[in-house]
Amino acid sequence: MRIAILSGGLNAERDVSLRSGRRVAEALRFEIPKAEIFELDLNADFLDSLSSDSFDVVIPLIHGVIGEDATLRSMLELKGIPYIGSSAQSSARAFDKGISAGLVPTGSAPQFVVFPQSFFREMGAPRILKSVISGIGLPLIVKPINGGSAFGVRLCASVDQVAPALVDAFGYGDRVMLQSAVIGTELAVTVIEVDGKLQALPPVEVVPISGVYDFDARYTAGATEFFVPARLNSKLIEQVCAYAILVHVTLGLRDISRTDVIVDTDGVIWFLEVNVSPGMTETSLVPQAIDAAGMNVGAVFGSLVTQAISRDH
Amino acid sequence: MDPWVDSYAQRAQGLTTSAIRALFSVAARPEVVSLAGGMPYVSALDSDQFADIAARVVREQGAVALQYGSGQGDQMLREQILEISGLVGVRSHPDDVVVTAGSQMGLDLVTKIFCDPGDTVIVESPSYVGALGVFRSYQCNVVHIAMDEQGLNPQSLREGLSENPRVKFIYTIPSFHNPAGLTQSSERRAEILAIAQEFNVPILEDDPYGLLGFEGEPPRAIRSLDDQSVIYLGSFSKIIASGLRVGWVIAPHGVREKLVLAAEAATLCPSNFSQLVVSRYLAEQPWQQQIKVFQELYRERRDALLQSMQALMPLGVTWTVPQGGFYSWLTLPQQLNATNMLPRAISSMVAYVPGSGFYANGQGAQNLRLSYCYPDPARIEEGVRRLSGVIEAELELVDTFGVNGDSGPTTGSAHTHIPKSDLV
Repeated sequence: MRIAILSGGLNAERDVSLRSGRRVAEALRFEIPKAEIFELDLNADFLDSLSSDSFDVVIPLIHGVIGEDATLRSMLELKGIPYIGSSAQSSARAFDKGISAGLVPTGSAPQFVVFPQSFFREMGAPRILKSVISGIGLPLIVKPINGGSAFGVRLCASVDQVAPALVDAFGYGDRVMLQSAVIGTELAVTVIEVDGKLQALPPVEVVPISGVYDFDARYTAGATEFFVPARLNSKLIEQVCAYAILVHVTLGLRDISRTDVIVDTDGVIWFLEVNVSPGMTETSLVPQAIDAAGMNVGAVFGSLVTQAISRDH
Repeated sequence: MDPWVDSYAQRAQGLTTSAIRALFSVAARPEVVSLAGGMPYVSALDSDQFADIAARVVREQGAVALQYGSGQGDQMLREQILEISGLVGVRSHPDDVVVTAGSQMGLDLVTKIFCDPGDTVIVESPSYVGALGVFRSYQCNVVHIAMDEQGLNPQSLREGLSENPRVKFIYTIPSFHNPAGLTQSSERRAEILAIAQEFNVPILEDDPYGLLGFEGEPPRAIRSLDDQSVIYLGSFSKIIASGLRVGWVIAPHGVREKLVLAAEAATLCPSNFSQLVVSRYLAEQPWQQQIKVFQELYRERRDALLQSMQALMPLGVTWTVPQGGFYSWLTLPQQLNATNMLPRAISSMVAYVPGSGFYANGQGAQNLRLSYCYPDPARIEEGVRRLSGVIEAELELVDTFGVNGDSGPTTGSAHTHIPKSDLV
């Protein structure tokens, strides 16, 4: 069996993706010793090498644009190569934070708007910001619509922080979301789908020591405390798990997803975003959830490999 | 998860990853024109010749090359090092030379033997990012001193020394400065030395680019003026090959003794294999000719950078004109922040180093360093074209939102001043 693990890519999450790729490759080599596992970067050579018999399955672990939107998955579908994860169409829906937040069960997404840079330029930023701030209120979160690893994400507690945050966020993409910031417990819930059965793994509670789960908090050991399972009562945990499964189903996702939510002090679940190719590094959330569930990364990806191959035959 | 998070020493607290570092992993892709790293263009060397030298070192001197050696470094190489240092006026005895794994190790050892946590080190404004990393890891208090068109400003240096009681040394890169691209005049060198002597503070002179000037004779090192107050760092990284990891320290007798003991504690001895390859290369090959090849190559690339910046850069961007070495230092229009702009540059497939990395105090937001040493002239021009587009887009963005470059780290103050006379 020939398995291609695609990691790297050309966006800001390249380094994170390479680490995700290494971790999954290592786990799979142990899990399926007979498999030939190729760790590949996305480049012209890779695309040239793609044919229906080049690999039995591809594991796309490129994060962000191209990897998690429809681009790479469309290429794989065109070439007829089985791959792990959501289809091109559903990935496109999930990856765009504006679209996914509008599609998931209503009433549980924090209020938000998504605007392109040109809109601010042509209509006048002060005018728009005034409406946004009076409509959404403070604090609010500014984030690029299609990024990951918290690149370009800033929490704005005051009016004068919003414009600089937008300048930063537009550095990562042309559309930016301004979303009301919900105060509560931040959770990441992994959903795994094997043999048509959906399973939510124990939610991981994220407590950044600095207060904001930004890039440094994510990838600096010790900068964030994690609690698995989350420190919520069992009823809330059940609700959060059910919610993540609902998001997975609503967006038509496949194999694996990670839904990030905040549970406020009233126990209301607020949707933040969903990842179709979640991080698998040493400090990432999905591997922690897999451990807490008594499973291991190799076994999980091993069964996803088998499933992806049989799906396409 | 890292189970040892609570076990690390305080000096390791600063050793963290960052978003900037993550962005740089993209810069390694061939699609990106990297004007970021200071990698010497080692492809200009004759690799067959090196293969032959390395083979003969193993075949003919294997028992030495593959064995531990002297902590201070190979005797013959130390003599050859003095021949090279002589080109910048440094006269010394082979006993006062310590061979290190690149001059970076020399920098580390000197800091290790001089600095307790909290001790002050005086550096230029801006200064070499790798030195700042060393000083941070030894928990030094770093004080930046302004530069003018001739490098380190004497008046500011005097003030810095008066205001800071426990200064352990003055760290300076007098020739073809990294990152500022400036060079101290000979008068300036003498003046800086006189001030250091007056305050009884040694100078740590870092001179990796001294032989890579584009015009005239190489500038004479400060060490050529005083062998007691100056510790001199040299390197083969830029005049032969950085992968060999061979550099050296020339130090006053007492300092040298401490350095050898510290070096032995750190690595036992520098790589004998690398030292013998360098030594044989120097003995057998026309190395001065090779330096001329490098000078020509880098001059051509410097010209490509300057010409394309002149043609393409938006109004309000200024830069230094280096007379040697690898770098030009850019100042962006006041409302821009080079760190915030980096993601846009990476998306546009061009990389640079944001200026704030060259300061220990958050300055440099408005600056960035461009290296012209590695890409060929056509790629340099393409990189400048992309960067110009990025700067224009960023100007439009900040204009839309009416913000200044202070949305991240603080903008440069008078300390970041780079002289008008050196700007184009």
